[in-house]
Amino acid sequence: MQLLVNIIVLSSIYALIACGYVLIYRVSRVLNLAHGELMMLGAYLLLTTASLFNGNPWLAISAAVALSLAVGVMVYVFLMRKMTGEMVLAAVLATVALGILLRGVMVLVWSAQQQYPGQAMGFTSTALALPGGARISLFAAILVGVTALTYLALFVFLRFGRWGVRMRAAGQNPLLAAQRGINLHGVYALAWGLSTLTGSLAGMLIALDSGLTGSMAIIGLKAFPAALVGGLDSLIGALIGALIIGASEVLSIQYIDPLLSDVVPFLVLIAMLIARPWGLFGTREELDRV
Amino acid sequence: MSSRVPRASGYFRTRYDGYLALTQTRLERVSLIVFLAALIVFPAVASAFYLDLVTQVFLASIGALSLMLLTGYAGQISLGHAGLLCAGAFTAGILAKEWDAPFWVTLPAATLSGALLGVIFGLPSLRLRGLYLAISTLALHFVVVYLGGEYETKRGFSTGITLDAPVIGGWTVYGGRVWYYILLAAAAATLLICLNLLRGRTGRAWRAICAHETVAEALGVNVAGHKLLAFVVSSALTALSGALFAYYRGFVSVEAFSLFLSIQYVAMIIIGGMGSLLGAILGAAFVTIFPYVIEAVMLMLPNAQSYAGVLFAVNYAAFGLVMVLFLLFEPLGLVGIWQRIQTYFLLWPFKHKPLSGGRR
Repeated sequence: MQLLVNIIVLSSIYALIACGYVLIYRVSRVLNLAHGELMMLGAYLLLTTASLFNGNPWLAISAAVALSLAVGVMVYVFLMRKMTGEMVLAAVLATVALGILLRGVMVLVWSAQQQYPGQAMGFTSTALALPGGARISLFAAILVGVTALTYLALFVFLRFGRWGVRMRAAGQNPLLAAQRGINLHGVYALAWGLSTLTGSLAGMLIALDSGLTGSMAIIGLKAFPAALVGGLDSLIGALIGALIIGASEVLSIQYIDPLLSDVVPFLVLIAMLIARPWGLFGTREELDRV
Repeated sequence: MSSRVPRASGYFRTRYDGYLALTQTRLERVSLIVFLAALIVFPAVASAFYLDLVTQVFLASIGALSLMLLTGYAGQISLGHAGLLCAGAFTAGILAKEWDAPFWVTLPAATLSGALLGVIFGLPSLRLRGLYLAISTLALHFVVVYLGGEYETKRGFSTGITLDAPVIGGWTVYGGRVWYYILLAAAAATLLICLNLLRGRTGRAWRAICAHETVAEALGVNVAGHKLLAFVVSSALTALSGALFAYYRGFVSVEAFSLFLSIQYVAMIIIGGMGSLLGAILGAAFVTIFPYVIEAVMLMLPNAQSYAGVLFAVNYAAFGLVMVLFLLFEPLGLVGIWQRIQTYFLLWPFKHKPLSGGRR
């Protein structure tokens, strides 16, 4: 039972991070390898707003969320906008370079020590007992809920929202979308903003649950196989992929070797790339477009 | 390769060997000899610090040259370069530690293991392109590094493997100067191998694949074979450089082969300039020397001691910033800047080349 809970918690962490990869890839065909760092930045922003709005945690959280949205938009406007139309490698490397830059800046600003934004905001983590003798920490439970809500909101937004439809159109065929009067730069900026926002949510919740160190970006990178296994342009795929990755990671830690935890996602990724590179739910013609 | 370099008037190729010759003009030959002489004399005048720095540049340029073959010429993106370095270093380390294998066994063995890994790294390239290929090499990097870490913990070398100085024919290789010459020779040999591969049929096939795979196939290039060959050659050279790195440092540990190292190698060929061997060497020099420059600048600032703890963070940030700036404003890299300077002096007092089709 505890195993199942662990799987669900880890999968929802991965799912919440992976939807950021999917959003950006689906709309602009760029792979954002700085996602882990952006997610960490969100967590550090929460740390800052927590000390800024002392004693008012909800204000702090909403300020941090708004700030992370702004960060995502800024990343697009100042960096990725200039990379449109460049080689795939150049755009991906720009995100890699951004990640390195962010990592250095974050250590400079917030130092590399482990920090606990939860304590700064006066939250205490309690363990909830679930039927079946399993335990789950409060923040982990919140994280599962937030993931479910985020996916629900994204589905509704992409299906019915005015900007959601525009985003899908821009992803399907940028040229035609632009012809129909859709503001491509606006759509791309929105995608980057939303992706950073969901990533930051994940980062904040992980930081609340287990503290904040410089190694958090690794989690972001490990969530990437989840996005790819499900198919880089499919949200449902990201959800299922996260379940597969989360389950295989938890099970292999439990039954094989704890050291495996860092490679299992990548082993699954390699197996998927060999068998079905476009992922479980991805569209196939994409491979030729890349 | 050399046809892109603008030349002053008076030099025309009249025979096909002109295209194949390594050096084209007398000026090139003379400057090459002067440069080589300077490199050979260098250890006699340099301090130990500069000697080590230049030796590191040689090591990095072997890796950068081999990555340039793969990415810059054959067009196959790899983010797993550190994994290959790790494989080479660990092959040498394990052979030397477990079986006391001598230098002349471990180096070829490391090269061979690199070549084998190259086949594994290259197999996905037969199906995948672009981004997906980069991801598969990234994933393989994690697997190789994990295997290295597993060996370390299982055998109880949790901090890393120490390597004894290699012995060749009863003579121990030791000291900065000896290593300088060994690595200079290795880097020069790598450069020569790359040049020879590129000016022959293989290099033309790689460039054709890079330009357009379908067209290359239609022209009779064996696309799958040449892709694999690119991976094998590049990986073998990289693993060799990893093994040399292990011997030079006398120490192997998985910590040295992080994802950041892969990115550094990719940064070398980006900063140096894609599709140019000169670029690979320039980029290797730039990326290797860059942290030391940052450190020197930091030490010159007032209150230097208080920054010592954050030096690595400044390094990270500055490195990321430089990479972003090059990608945004100088995608052709240092070679692009160099060519622009050359063109400026060639065309002076004019600013632009005459439009083609107009009367010269």
